Amino acid sequence: MTPPAFPVFSLRVMRRVLVALALTLVPAISHAAEWDIDQLMRGLAQIHSGHARFVEKKFIAMLDRPVESSGELFYTAPDRLEKRTIKPKPESMTVDAGTLVIERGRQKHRLQLQDYPELAAFIDSIRGTLAGDRKALERNSQMSLEGTAGRWTLQLLPLDEKMQAVVTRIRISGVRYAVRSIEITQADGDSSLMLIEKLTTP
Amino acid sequence: MKAAPAWRGRTATARIAIVLWLAFILACGIIISRSQFTTDLSAFLPRSPTPAQQLLLEQIRDGLASRLILVGIEGADASTRAMLSKQIAQRLRADPAFVTVNNGEPVSAERDRAFLFNNRYLLSPAVTPARFSVDGLNAALSDSIDLLASPAGLLVKSLLPRDPTGEMVQLLDQQNSGTRPQKIDGAWASRDGARALMLMQTRASGSDTDAQQRAMAAIRQAFDAAPGATPAARLVMTGPGVFSVTSRDTIKSQVSRLSIIGIVIIAAFLLLVYRSFTALALGFLPVISGALAGIAAVSLGFGMVHGITLGFGTALIGEAVDYSIYLFLQSEQGGSDQQHWIKRFWPTVRLGVLTSIFGFASLLLSGFPGLAQLGLYSIAGLMAAATVTRFVLPHLLPANFRIHDGSAVGLALSHLVQRAAALRWAAAILLLAACAILALHRASLWNDKISSLSPVSHADVALDSSLRADMGAPDVRYLVVVSGASRESVLRSSEQISTILQTQIDQGELAGFESPSRYLPSTATQRARQASLPPPAVLETRLAQAVQGLPVRAQLFTPFLADVAAARSQPLLQAADLEQTSMAMAVAALLIQQDQHWSALLPLTAPNGAGINASRIRAALSATDLPDVVFVDMKAESDQLYSGYLDEAILLSLGGLVAITGLLLLVLRSPMRVVRIIAPLAAAVITVTAGLAVFGQQLIILHLVGLLLVVAVGSNYALFFDRADHRLLPGEGATAEPKPSDHAISPRTLASMLIASLTTVAGFGLLSFSNVSILQALGVTVAPGVILALIYSAIFARQPNA
Repeated sequence: MTPPAFPVFSLRVMRRVLVALALTLVPAISHAAEWDIDQLMRGLAQIHSGHARFVEKKFIAMLDRPVESSGELFYTAPDRLEKRTIKPKPESMTVDAGTLVIERGRQKHRLQLQDYPELAAFIDSIRGTLAGDRKALERNSQMSLEGTAGRWTLQLLPLDEKMQAVVTRIRISGVRYAVRSIEITQADGDSSLMLIEKLTTP
Repeated sequence: MKAAPAWRGRTATARIAIVLWLAFILACGIIISRSQFTTDLSAFLPRSPTPAQQLLLEQIRDGLASRLILVGIEGADASTRAMLSKQIAQRLRADPAFVTVNNGEPVSAERDRAFLFNNRYLLSPAVTPARFSVDGLNAALSDSIDLLASPAGLLVKSLLPRDPTGEMVQLLDQQNSGTRPQKIDGAWASRDGARALMLMQTRASGSDTDAQQRAMAAIRQAFDAAPGATPAARLVMTGPGVFSVTSRDTIKSQVSRLSIIGIVIIAAFLLLVYRSFTALALGFLPVISGALAGIAAVSLGFGMVHGITLGFGTALIGEAVDYSIYLFLQSEQGGSDQQHWIKRFWPTVRLGVLTSIFGFASLLLSGFPGLAQLGLYSIAGLMAAATVTRFVLPHLLPANFRIHDGSAVGLALSHLVQRAAALRWAAAILLLAACAILALHRASLWNDKISSLSPVSHADVALDSSLRADMGAPDVRYLVVVSGASRESVLRSSEQISTILQTQIDQGELAGFESPSRYLPSTATQRARQASLPPPAVLETRLAQAVQGLPVRAQLFTPFLADVAAARSQPLLQAADLEQTSMAMAVAALLIQQDQHWSALLPLTAPNGAGINASRIRAALSATDLPDVVFVDMKAESDQLYSGYLDEAILLSLGGLVAITGLLLLVLRSPMRVVRIIAPLAAAVITVTAGLAVFGQQLIILHLVGLLLVVAVGSNYALFFDRADHRLLPGEGATAEPKPSDHAISPRTLASMLIASLTTVAGFGLLSFSNVSILQALGVTVAPGVILALIYSAIFARQPNA
């Protein structure tokens, strides 16, 4: 029996555990304390693919009531994004590098993003956020981050005049490294709000 | 031409001959100075084409594809390349030589959109009476609302009040069917990003080589003078016009270089033999006369002379010089013996010339102008050279004309020849082997692809396909062609065909198609579309009903009502309305007028990674009962065309052989002698062909011409050997006295034949080094063929003691 050793050992263990805990906690704490765009971007960049459900509401002045749609989102880093709408009508939009393909029923529209700079800037804002590509985002917009790691909102204000004529503001909010909603306010006052619910994290 | 027996002392005759000759040379010179020279592929296309072939020709000469120049900028960095591309484009857009200069910059995009939008009710195929019924409007509106809510909504929102039925989206969809290269820094770039790309359309047709050359120079100048020019960047160009320019340059430089080298070699060689400058100079007179006569004859007969004909002409120098060699070498030494040559040898030479003419005459019948040109050139050239040798040259020889005595060589040869018979068995075995090789290779002996004739180098072809792949440029291989008496009728047919083609797209048989009716619908269709638009009051009522249940108010669409009202009475679209838009170029290329005849072209795009099932498309088209509609696979068509010529040329050559045999039978009146003359020639032809097969050279039409030449040239040798056996030809009279060398061919004749064959080999052998495939084909056939013909003639000649 070696009773005297026990407390010593236990103390040492305790201290080690504490140190280890402290060490692991430090980043988390500093996260909370110095939660900034870099942190967010780095975290987002870690996520290479995602699959989520979405519900989107569009408020369009020309229309008497908001249009609601829902479906799924697929994302593969760095630049493939697919939005598969299931309701009210099945259609899909796939952005892969520079090409945008919109499929509606039998029709398939293939657009080159470079031909539609406003659309490109808008899509790149979302893709850039998902990819955590700060440089790309800063090229097109002025960024600001609010909130904490547990509940943040990233606001993007377009820099380009052409883009400003279409989109006034994009607000992306999330929890940790998961995007939870995207709100787009257009220059003509129309807006859309997309709520996102993560399905799997491969 | 009965002057020969009495020419001596008749200086008047001599003078007349010389004056006539000079007049002839002058006339030839005048004709040549007014001649047109070309180097395009037209010489290899038919003279009297079928309608489908006619179309093929027009496309090759003047079609849209023929006017495209693809430009690549390589080297330097991506942004420099893009900047250069923009600077070049900016400069060339102001150049009237170019219809369009496209590098991805949205130059005409605004105008295009305005044109489409303002004429959407005339242009959109969706405009039907049903679409403007209450139900139709309701469906179209709810579709537009869906689109508005979709990701593309951003793009169409501003259009909704004026275009709620989405006609503009329909039209833009059609426009986007083609694939376009990606853009880097605002200018087109290849997929790997290593090259900036531009696509230009020249105003001049691809067959206008001079204009194409100027266009190329303008592009290069714009590149060199661009403010952003840097030595690190390189300019590359390709396209049918570029090909004709480079092949012309190649053929030009080759022809001039080869003829200079050929003349120098032959002259040096003859100088060595003659040891007399006078003889050398005089010996070239028949050659020059022949060459001038050949070019003048072709120019008169065809209206233009192809560069290849000239290249061929340089080689024929080596053949035409033979006649003077025979005259000089076979004449006995001493000033006035030429008349003796005329008596003794001229009939043989004349028969040789005649056999050549008979052989080449068959080419004149060819539907292939290139081949017919070669035939005419050879006939005129050889006749002129022989005639000048016979009737003019003897008068020009100075009294003390002497050449180096070559009898030593002749004697040595004559010993060889006497032993040549020993080689009969070896020759027979070689011949058998050659036959076996031919039998083995018979399936792959001929190359029936028209591309085998192209003077374009492999490197250029590789650059072309790489730039084309980068650009996604149309290769215009598959076409549906509609013909008719008026623009309206072909446009109407195009519309019907478009419907069929659209179903083929839906079934995945096609990736896409183009049609002039897409940009310029027929008047009937435009009227029908206009008639589909209801009067304002009716439309307003229907619209009010249509919006029920939809989240929109009818008032939103007041601009739509106004636009439709205007469209109902807007003037119908004319071709001129397209001007200044990029669609004008498409319509000009796809809608062709020739006199009273109109054609519309509908190029088809094959599905990615697959071909087009021609029979399926044909079947679908034939279901329409539309007359004058053809589906053309341009590549298959042109290959078929060429292989048709090849077959024809083979038949004609055989015909030529029959004609030669008939001529010899008629003159010699002895089947045995004819067999003895033909046998060595046939042996030479078989051996050369087998040799080419062994070296993996597939025969093209020019090899065939080469073989014909082997027969033509070789017939002289065979005839001389035959003549040695039969001193007197029928009709020659008994004037020639028996010579001591009666029992065998004279050493002098032998020497003349060897020298003649060597000059021929020199002339044609040079062509083997040409990198123009058709000239090379001639060279590698004729040079060995002629030597073989001489050797076989010696081996198979009847032995004096046999």
